[in-house]
Amino acid sequence: MDRHRAALNRLPRSFVVVLATAPALFIVGFYAWPVVNLIWSTTRRTTAGSPFRHTTTIVWFTLWQAVVSTVLTLVAGLAPAYVLARYSFTGRRALLAMATVPFVLPTVAVGAAFLALLPDSWHGTARAMILAHVFFNVAVVVRLVGSMIAVIPHDLVGAARTLGANAAQATRLVLLPLLAPALWSAAAVIFLFSFTSFGVATLLGGPTHPTLEVEIARRATQLGDVRGAATLSIAQLVMLAVVIVWATRRQRRSALELTGATGSRRPRGRREQAFVVTVAVATVLAIGAPMAALVARSFDTGRGWSLAGWTKLGTAEVRPGVGLGVDPLASIGVSLRFAVVAALIACAIGFLAASAIAASPRLGRLLDTGLMLPLGTSAVTVGLGLLITFDVSPFDWRARWWFIPLGHALVAVPFVVRSLLTVLRTIPSDLHAAAATLGAAPIRAWWHVDARALRRPLLAGAGFSAAISLGEFGATTILTRSGRETLPIAINRLLGRSGGLPRAQAFAVATILLALTTVVVMVSGVSERLGSDRA
Amino acid sequence: MRPIARAAIGLSVVITPLVAGCSSSDSAKRAPSPITLVAYDSFPTKDTALNAALDEFAQSTGIKVTVVTAGDAGTMLTKARLTAGNPEGDVMFGIDSTQLSAAIDDNVFAPYQPNGSNAISMNLASMVPGHELTPVDFGDVCINYDKEWFATNGIEPPGNLADLTKPEYKDLLVVENPSASSPGLAFLMATIAEFGDGWTDYWAQLRANGVTVVDGWDAAYYEDFSGAAGSTGDRPLVVSYGSSPPAEVIFADPPRTDAPTAVVDSTCFRQVEFAGVLRGTKHETEARQLVDFLVSSRFQSELPLGLFVYPARTGVALPEEFTKYTVVPTKTLSLDPATIAANRQKWQDEWTDIVLR
Amino acid sequence: MLEANGLVVGFGAQTILDQLSLRVDDGEVVAVLGPSGAGKSTLLRVIAGLLRPDAGTVLLDGVDITDRPAHQRNIGLMFQDEQLFPHLDVFANIAFGPRMHRWSDDRIDQRVHELLGLVGLGGLANRRVDRLSGGEKKRVALARALAPRPAVLLLDEPLTGLDRDLHDRLIAELSEVLAATKTTAVVVTHDHDEAGALATRVVQWTELQPLSGVDDQQRA
Repeated sequence: MDRHRAALNRLPRSFVVVLATAPALFIVGFYAWPVVNLIWSTTRRTTAGSPFRHTTTIVWFTLWQAVVSTVLTLVAGLAPAYVLARYSFTGRRALLAMATVPFVLPTVAVGAAFLALLPDSWHGTARAMILAHVFFNVAVVVRLVGSMIAVIPHDLVGAARTLGANAAQATRLVLLPLLAPALWSAAAVIFLFSFTSFGVATLLGGPTHPTLEVEIARRATQLGDVRGAATLSIAQLVMLAVVIVWATRRQRRSALELTGATGSRRPRGRREQAFVVTVAVATVLAIGAPMAALVARSFDTGRGWSLAGWTKLGTAEVRPGVGLGVDPLASIGVSLRFAVVAALIACAIGFLAASAIAASPRLGRLLDTGLMLPLGTSAVTVGLGLLITFDVSPFDWRARWWFIPLGHALVAVPFVVRSLLTVLRTIPSDLHAAAATLGAAPIRAWWHVDARALRRPLLAGAGFSAAISLGEFGATTILTRSGRETLPIAINRLLGRSGGLPRAQAFAVATILLALTTVVVMVSGVSERLGSDRA
Repeated sequence: MRPIARAAIGLSVVITPLVAGCSSSDSAKRAPSPITLVAYDSFPTKDTALNAALDEFAQSTGIKVTVVTAGDAGTMLTKARLTAGNPEGDVMFGIDSTQLSAAIDDNVFAPYQPNGSNAISMNLASMVPGHELTPVDFGDVCINYDKEWFATNGIEPPGNLADLTKPEYKDLLVVENPSASSPGLAFLMATIAEFGDGWTDYWAQLRANGVTVVDGWDAAYYEDFSGAAGSTGDRPLVVSYGSSPPAEVIFADPPRTDAPTAVVDSTCFRQVEFAGVLRGTKHETEARQLVDFLVSSRFQSELPLGLFVYPARTGVALPEEFTKYTVVPTKTLSLDPATIAANRQKWQDEWTDIVLR
Repeated sequence: MLEANGLVVGFGAQTILDQLSLRVDDGEVVAVLGPSGAGKSTLLRVIAGLLRPDAGTVLLDGVDITDRPAHQRNIGLMFQDEQLFPHLDVFANIAFGPRMHRWSDDRIDQRVHELLGLVGLGGLANRRVDRLSGGEKKRVALARALAPRPAVLLLDEPLTGLDRDLHDRLIAELSEVLAATKTTAVVVTHDHDEAGALATRVVQWTELQPLSGVDDQQRA
C-alpha cells in the first residue's frame, strides 16, 4: 500500500534505473575508465628520461595567460553585460545574439579569424592569444553576469547614490559585491577555457607560446611520447580540479538571494543614450572585425585579390601530382557527418540522463555530476584517454567511424542535460497528476507530458552538440585519421603552410566552418539558451 | 575442434607464403582487396610517373592502391605509433633512418622480407635485421641555396654549417621542425654529428641569427625558400635534399640548362627511406605484394625522377638528367643508429626548448 | 526650504509629471496624497536626483540643484521596498551614508547606535538584513536614510505592505522620530490616515499640477 502511494504519479524506480543505465555506462566507459587508464599508464613504467625541463615554464605561462585572459574578459564584458541587461533598445536582441554566439564558434575558425585580422608581428604572441580568449568569453560575462545584473534592483544603486555615493563608489560598494557570485562563476568558466585553450593557443600562440594543452598534444602527436603526455594531462586535471573547487567555494560564500526581476528600460537622457550607443557599437565592431577580416583575407592570395582561395578548394595541389595532404571539400562532408552522429549520441544520452535526473533527486545528482566531469577535463586529455584505452581487440575502436563523434558527444552531453533539465524542472507536477487522473499510467504520463515538452530543448541540445562537434579540435587532433580530416584539422593543416594560396584557402575553409556553425546555432535556437543555465 | 583448428592454422602458415609468392594465379580466385598506401605529404597522389607505376601494379595484380598522405614523415610515424595494431592503411612508405628505432620498438610494422630483397644494397638492408621495414631509397639532406639571390646581393654562399651563424647570413635560413619533419630531424642530426655536445650552442646562435622554423619540408621549400620555381618565399637558404637542384632543372618551365639552386656540400646527412607492412592490416597479402613492388626494378627506376632519391636496389640505371645535376657529397655526416635511438626524443625536446621557446 | 517648480517628466508618449510644483518649508512634514500609479514615486526620484526632469527646476534653500548629481544633494530617500543592501548587515547598511560622507569611525559608531535606539532595533546591529522581519526592514531603511543627516527626507509609501497592527504602531513611531529629529520631510502615500498622522501639512496630488487646459496655454 505504502509503496503504491509513493509511486503514485511518479515514475517507477525500476524505470528510472533503466533510464539511468545507458548514460551511466556511457560516462563510466568512455570517460572515467579512460582517465583511470591514463593515470595508470603514467605509473606503469618509469619515465624514460624524457626531459621536462621547461614544464614549469609552460605551466607558468598557461597559468598567467589564463588569469590575464579572465581578468580582461571580465573587464571587457561588464559594459556590454550591463547595457544588455539594463536597457531595452532597438537591435538589442541582435546585439545579444552577436555577443553570445562567439562562445560556440569553433576555436580554430576564430584563431584563423584573428590571424587574418592581426598584423604578422602579433602572430605567435601571448597578446594575440589573450585577445582571442577575451573575444570568446565575453559571452560568458554577458550571460552569467548579465542575468545577475538583470535581477539587481536599479534602486539599490539609487539608494547608494542618495546616501552620498558617487557612481564609482556605488558600483564598487554595491553593484560589484552583489555581482560577486556571478563574477566568480564567470571567472571560473573563463579560466577553465583559457587554461585549457588549444585551438587558439595552437594557431595564435604558435610553437613559441605553448599552453599545457598544446604541449600535451605535441608530446602525443609529434613526439609519440604518450606517457609524457599522460603525465602532463594528469597534472592539468589536478590543477583544474583545484581551481574549480576553490571557485565553487568562493562563489557559494558570496551567494546572495536576490529576488526582484526589474526588467530593462529604454536609455534616458543624452549621457545614457551615448553610453548605450558607444557600448553597442564597440561590441559590434570588436566581434565583427575578426569575422570581416577572415572573409576578406580568403580573397587575398598574397598576389592581389582573387577567388583562387575558394575556386581551388577541391583541387588543393601544391604542384603537379602533389596534394596538400588534406582535402578541404571532403572535410566539410566529414565534419557534417560527425556533427550529426555526435548530436544523435549526445541527445540520446542526454535525454535519458535528464529524465532520470529529474525523476530521482538522489540518483540524479550523482549522474549529473558524473556527466559534468568531461567539461572540467581538457579535450586533449579526453582524446588521449580514449586513444590509449580502446586499442585492444575486441575493443579496438580507433578506426571506427563513430569513435570521434563519440568523443565530441562526451563534451556535448552536459549541455544537452542542462538544456533539458531547465524545462523538465518547470513542468508542474500537477500536469503529471492531471495526466494520471485522465487514466495515463506514470510511464505513459511521462511520455506524453515530459517527453513532449522536451522537443524544443532537445533541438537546442542537438544544435549545441553539432556546434561543439563542428568546432572540436583537441580530442579530434588526437583521434583523427588520415583521409578523414574534419574542418578544424583541415584549417590547421592549411595554416601550417606559409604560401599565399593555402592561407587564402585556410581562411575560406574557416569562413565555411564559421558559417556552418552560426547557421546550426541560429536554427536550433541555441543562442537564446546559451549559458543561461550554466552557473 | 582443437585438432581441426590447429590443422587450419598450420595450413594457413604453409599457404600464406605461397599466396604471397604467386599472387596473380591466386588472386584470380579471391578478388584482391584495394589497399591504402600511407605516405608523407610530399608524396605525389596522382598524375606522376610514380602514380603511373602504381597503376600498372594495380592492373597486373588487381590490387588498387589509394595513396593517403599523413603529414610530414615525423607526424606520420607518430600517428602510426599511436594507431599501432589498428593502422590507418596497409603499407607505409617514408619512414627514415632517424626514426627507425622508434618504429621498430613500438611494433608498428609486421616483419616481412619482400621478394627481391636480395637485390637491395647490403649496407642498407643490414639496418633492419628483423625485416620490420624494407629500405626503398636513400638520399642526402643538405643546405640548399638560391644561386641567383647570392649573386644579386654580392654575398658568398655559406661554405659549412658554422658559417650559418655569421651575421651576413642573418634571417636567410628556413629549416623544418625536427619533431614533425624527416629532413628537419636529419638536419638536427647533421648538426649533432658536426658539433657534438656543442650543438645546443650552435642552435642558440642560429636562433639569434634569425632562423625560421616551419612544420614541413613542402612548406619550407615551396613557400619560404626563394630558389624554388614558382615560390613566393624570400629566404635563400633552406634545409632540403641533395637532389633538389636537379629537380629544379627537370621541372623548369621554360626549360633551363643549369640549376638555379645548389647544395652546400659539407652539410649533407645521409637519409634512408623505408617501407613496411603496417601491423594489423586486414589485407596482409596485398600489402606484402605492394612492398614487393616498391623494391621491384619497375618502381625503383622511377624513384630518381619521382622523389629525387637514389634507389635502394642495386643495378637500377639512373637517368642522365638526374646524375648530371646531382652533386654527390664528398663526405656525408652520419650518426650511429643506436645513439640516435637512445637520444632522439631527448634531442627533439632540447631542440624545441632552445629554438622554439 | 525645498522648492520644485514646473517639473515635467515623460516616458515616451506618456506624461507622468505635468508642470508639477511643490514647496516645503524647513521643519515641515508634507504628505502628498494621491492614488497609486499617479507618479508620486517619480516626483521623489526627481527631487532626490535619481531622475532628470524634462523641464522644471528643483531648489534647495534657494539654490538650483536640478543638475546636481544625487550624491551631492544631501536629500535622503526611503524607498517603498526598502532597498536594503543585501550583502551588508544592519550596522553597515545604516553606516553606509555616514561612510560616504567620510565621518570618523567613532562618530559613525555613535550615530548608528543612536539611530538603532531611536527605531527600536538595539540588539540587531550585526543581523543579516535578509533575516529581518518586514517591520524591522522598514526601521532599518528609515535609520539608513536618516543616518547622514539629510537636509530633506523623502519617504515613498513608508508603511505600505505591513499588517494593520504593525502599520498603526509604526505610524506613531515614525512621526515621533520625524519630530524628534526635526527632519524636513516629504511623505508620499495613498493612505489618508497615514498622511494625517505623519504630516504637518497634507496636499492632494491633483493640487500640485495646474489643469491641463492652462497647462497647454503655458506651454504655447
